[in-house]
Amino acid sequence: MSSPSEIRVCLPPHDAVTPWTLAFYRERGGYDAWEKVLKNQTPREEIIETLKTSGLRGRGGAGFPTGLKLSFMPRDAQGQKYIVCNSDESEPGTFKDRDILRFNPHQVIEGMALAGYAIGATIGFNYIRGEYYEPWQRFEAALIEARQAGLLGENLMGSEIAFELHSQRGAGAYICGEETALLESLEGKKGQPRFKPPFPAQVGAFGKPTTINNTETLASIPPIIRNGAEWFSSIGVENSGGTKIYSVSGHVNRPGNYEVPMGMPFRDLLEMAGGVQDGRALKAVIPGGSSVPVVPADAIMECTMDYDGLSQVGSALGAGSVIVMDETTCMVEVLERISYFYFAESCGQCTPCREGTGWLYRMIRRIRNGEGTHADLDRLKSVADRIEGRTICALGDAAAWPVQSFLKHFRHEFEAMIPREEAA
Amino acid sequence: MEQTGTILTEAIIQKIEAEAGKYPTRRAAVKSALRYAQAEFGWISEGVVKAVAEVLGLERIEVFEVATFYDMFYTRPVGKFPVRVCTNVSCLLRGADGIMEALCQRLGVEEGETTADGRFTVFAAECLGACGGAPMMAVGDDYHEDLKADELDNVLAGYQ
Repeated sequence: MSSPSEIRVCLPPHDAVTPWTLAFYRERGGYDAWEKVLKNQTPREEIIETLKTSGLRGRGGAGFPTGLKLSFMPRDAQGQKYIVCNSDESEPGTFKDRDILRFNPHQVIEGMALAGYAIGATIGFNYIRGEYYEPWQRFEAALIEARQAGLLGENLMGSEIAFELHSQRGAGAYICGEETALLESLEGKKGQPRFKPPFPAQVGAFGKPTTINNTETLASIPPIIRNGAEWFSSIGVENSGGTKIYSVSGHVNRPGNYEVPMGMPFRDLLEMAGGVQDGRALKAVIPGGSSVPVVPADAIMECTMDYDGLSQVGSALGAGSVIVMDETTCMVEVLERISYFYFAESCGQCTPCREGTGWLYRMIRRIRNGEGTHADLDRLKSVADRIEGRTICALGDAAAWPVQSFLKHFRHEFEAMIPREEAA
Repeated sequence: MEQTGTILTEAIIQKIEAEAGKYPTRRAAVKSALRYAQAEFGWISEGVVKAVAEVLGLERIEVFEVATFYDMFYTRPVGKFPVRVCTNVSCLLRGADGIMEALCQRLGVEEGETTADGRFTVFAAECLGACGGAPMMAVGDDYHEDLKADELDNVLAGYQ
């Protein structure tokens, strides 16, 4: 049997020296789709239909069908509309958009142009997390190249079509990856999520209809328009079309980004990443970024990496951020660190999250310090259950899921840290 | 005493105006304005907040709440190069604790403190999105990945 290999759709080939240049991108068919659309004035519905048929789903975590999302925009409404790219990649374990922006910025630009055209938006914004300085520089340089080549601006290729694109840097706040917090931040405010409805498609950036997509999602669009919906959907599996970049980190021999067909067995992905570090045994995997439920070794080893496969083992694909933990890992320490993160990053707007994340963190710290009680274990679950579903945005759920799943699968490790007199 | 006139240089004001031109509201340029000012002054003082508010036509509180909400803005003086060591899960699993300990020892500071020469302030950071190169840290705008405790001197030597 041949060893599993990558199929690179959003990332450039491994051997490319300067893949971020316009010249390199064009050589591989880059901007062909955009030029064809400009030349033929392709009906907007046709692009949206192609994306629907391709099976592309949002790569930022929620997995919502991209074509359907674009179709929610009020296409006939007059006035300004916006397309926004969410490059505020901040979920612990996720580092794919950084590489897309560093190595393939033009594909994001072309994807935003095509999506913008499909929804009738003449302006786009790419919100890039503040710490991503090098990726931002590459994206800015690509914008200049694209403008000079007449691929962005007004009267594109002699048509009436205009599309202008700007980047905006974030300044360090996990919550801004939440789409409505991102919009607040884009407008120059604190990044606190908005109530929905109204949804961004009705009232988005600067009060105008807006669609927000993840970087990897937008980067997937040009090859789909160029090669066709069937090409893309045939790469993946039923209900999960195309390739997916998995960011593999933690206890593996070769951490990094691996772009592979959706539906790859986890064991193949683990093999690609060089297997568990130092030949140790696998203990557990967080398959989609630190917020998704943890999966024990025996379950994940039989699992496929796609929306349905991970759902069947009680977890989620999330952003495809695979955190691998070997047999030496202390699950109480890991959960303490995860809980601290959500406590630190809660925006403070909703009481269950603002207060509850602190309770969770302090209780886990107490248990790890050998000062916990058995009542704390039940209280942990109770607090997590009362945060989940009771906040404006999903950060509350993100704080609850790790606690619930670590306790479900590794309760014995928490119990072992509770002093004996308590155990009686 | 209130200062009269702006403390922002003409060059900074021009950069802020260029940024403001991208958006339908001037407020949208506030993070960029704060970033430019911080690069000049090292941190966001009350004077910077006032000056940015004036340039963008905002209330001071609208600038101040942004300056305090985001991690990358410093509302107290910090070293010339903030050093942010990622301590989140993926880095934790690959030895971030040892990196933090070695760094603090090497610089003679505790977490959150600034070196005597004013070059570095050490911070424990949340995930910086470079988990494939864990353990990692950011020095100023630069990422340093696959860190080893005994190579920290080489990294720091690049920042004078």
